[in-house]
Amino acid sequence: MWRLNPSLEVLPCGDSAFLVELPELTAVVAYYRGLTGAGASAGVSAPQGIIDVVPAARTVLVTFDPETIRPFEVRDWLESAEPAEGISGSGREVTIEVSYGGPDLAEAAQFLGMSEDEMVKLHTGSEWTAAFSGFAPGFVYLVTTHERLRVPRRNTPRTAVPAGSVGLAGEFSGVYPRSSPGGWQLIGTTTAALWDASKAEPALIRPGDLVRFVEA
Amino acid sequence: MGIVVVYPGPLTLVEDLGRQGWASLGLSPSGALDRQSLRLANLLAGNPVQAAGLEILLGGLRLRFVTASTVAVAGAEGIVTLNGAEIPLNQAVRVAPGAVLDFGAPLFGLRYYLAVQGGIDAPKLLGSSSTDMLSGEGPAPLTSGVQLGIGHVSAGNGLVSGAGSVPGQGVGPGAGPGTGTLSNAHALPPIRRAPDPGRAITARVDRGPRADWFDDHSWRRLVSQEWTLSPDSNRIGARLVGRPLTQTRLEELPSEGMVLGALQVPPSGLPTVFLADHPVTGGYPVIAVVRRTDLDLLGQARPGQRIRFLG
Repeated sequence: MWRLNPSLEVLPCGDSAFLVELPELTAVVAYYRGLTGAGASAGVSAPQGIIDVVPAARTVLVTFDPETIRPFEVRDWLESAEPAEGISGSGREVTIEVSYGGPDLAEAAQFLGMSEDEMVKLHTGSEWTAAFSGFAPGFVYLVTTHERLRVPRRNTPRTAVPAGSVGLAGEFSGVYPRSSPGGWQLIGTTTAALWDASKAEPALIRPGDLVRFVEA
Repeated sequence: MGIVVVYPGPLTLVEDLGRQGWASLGLSPSGALDRQSLRLANLLAGNPVQAAGLEILLGGLRLRFVTASTVAVAGAEGIVTLNGAEIPLNQAVRVAPGAVLDFGAPLFGLRYYLAVQGGIDAPKLLGSSSTDMLSGEGPAPLTSGVQLGIGHVSAGNGLVSGAGSVPGQGVGPGAGPGTGTLSNAHALPPIRRAPDPGRAITARVDRGPRADWFDDHSWRRLVSQEWTLSPDSNRIGARLVGRPLTQTRLEELPSEGMVLGALQVPPSGLPTVFLADHPVTGGYPVIAVVRRTDLDLLGQARPGQRIRFLG
C-alpha cells in the first residue's frame, strides 16, 4: 500500500542514514510504531539492511547498510509507512512496581494542586508510552495522553540520583537505570532493573512499549 | 592462563567490531575506532574479523604471555618488542610462554590493535565485548595485574594455516618471531599505512540533515580549510579547531538521533566528529557526515594533526 505521508520530511544524513522529521512527539511515536511494529505482537519489522531506527523528540533516525539495501528503497519504506493509530494501543506492556514517596513527591503534588494520593493515583492510572531512549542505556522517556502531571525540572539538578528513582519532568516520566546526576522531580523508587547487561535483552523498556506503574 | 597485564599504558581497551543496531536502547555502537586495522590483525592471527582484541592508545602497554600464542599487531606504527627484540607489524608472530610484549610510543598513528589467536575472552553485551567509554558498558580499561583470558574462536576459513599448531617451544625468548603461513593472502584487507602526524589526513563528507542551518560560506569553509585535531578528542568524538562555522538558524534543536561520523556543530562553530562511543542523540545541528570508511583514519589522527574534509 503506497501512501505518502504529507507531514513527514526525509532529510539526508550522510550516505547511509536518513533523518525523518515529524511535526510533534505524538506523531513520532505513532510513526515509529507504524514503521517498526514495535509494541505489536509481530515485533520489529524492518527490511533487510536496516540497522537502527532511533526515535527522538521530533525525529526518527534510520541507518542502513548501503551494501544490502539501496537508499531509494529505504526512502520508499520511510515514505510509505503508515503511522500506528494514536499514541496508545495494544502491544507489549511493561508493569513497574513503585514505592511512592520520593523526595519531591510533596512538592510536585503541591505544584500540580493535588494531594499526594491523587498524584499517585494519576501516575498509576495513566497509560504511558515509551517514546524514545537517551541519556543512559535503558533510560526511556515515557509520555501519556494528558498533561495533568506536567512539572518543571528542579532548579538545581541533583549530583546523584539513585538507580531506580521514578521521576517526572515536563511532559515525561521516567526511571533512572543507574545512579547519575539528574534534574527530574523524584516521586518514588522501583526495584525493577531497567538495564541488565547480563541479559540477552538488557533493556526492560524499549521505545514503543506501553508502561504501567503500580504501587508496590 | 592467558595474558598478564604488567603495565596498561595510558589507555588499553578490549574492543571488537562493536554492537550495531541498539541505538534505540540508548547504546552507542562502540568497537574499534580503526576497524580495518582490527580486522587485519584478527585475520593475521587466524581469527574471525569480529574477534575481540586490544586497542592500545599511545603504546606503553606491557603484556606477559602465560601461554603460548600467535599474535598480530596492526594500526599505529611504532616499535613493538617481544622479549626486547623488535617484531614486524602486520604479520602473525609466535609468542612463547613467559614472553613479554612491549608497545613503544607510536611514530605514526595513535592506536595499535593487537589480536591474539582465539580472541580476547571477555564478557559480551549484546554480542560484543567492546568497551564503551560513554556508557561505561563492556570490560573495564586494562589495569596492572589483570589477567586476560584467551578465547577459542577460529576463522575456520583456512586463512592462516599452521600458525596454531606450531608448538610454543619452537620460538624461544629472543629467538625472533615466527610467521604464520598465509594460504589465502588475497582475502586480507590491504595494509594501510598509519597516517603521518606531520601531514594532513583527508576524510570524505556527505551532507548532514541540518546543512541548511548554516550560512552559504560554512560548507565552503568546512571543506576548504585545514582543521586541527584538538587534544580534547577521545573515543566519543574528534574535536576540531579552525575557523568556526556560522549557524544561521538559531532556534533550539530538540535532541535527535546521531549517526557515527556526524559533524555536530555547537554554538562555538567548531565541529566534533562523532566516533564509536558517541551519544546516540544530540541537540546540536549536524552539517555533514564523514564516510564510515574514512573514520578509521580519524581514529589514528593525533592531537595537532591537520584534517581536510572532501565534500
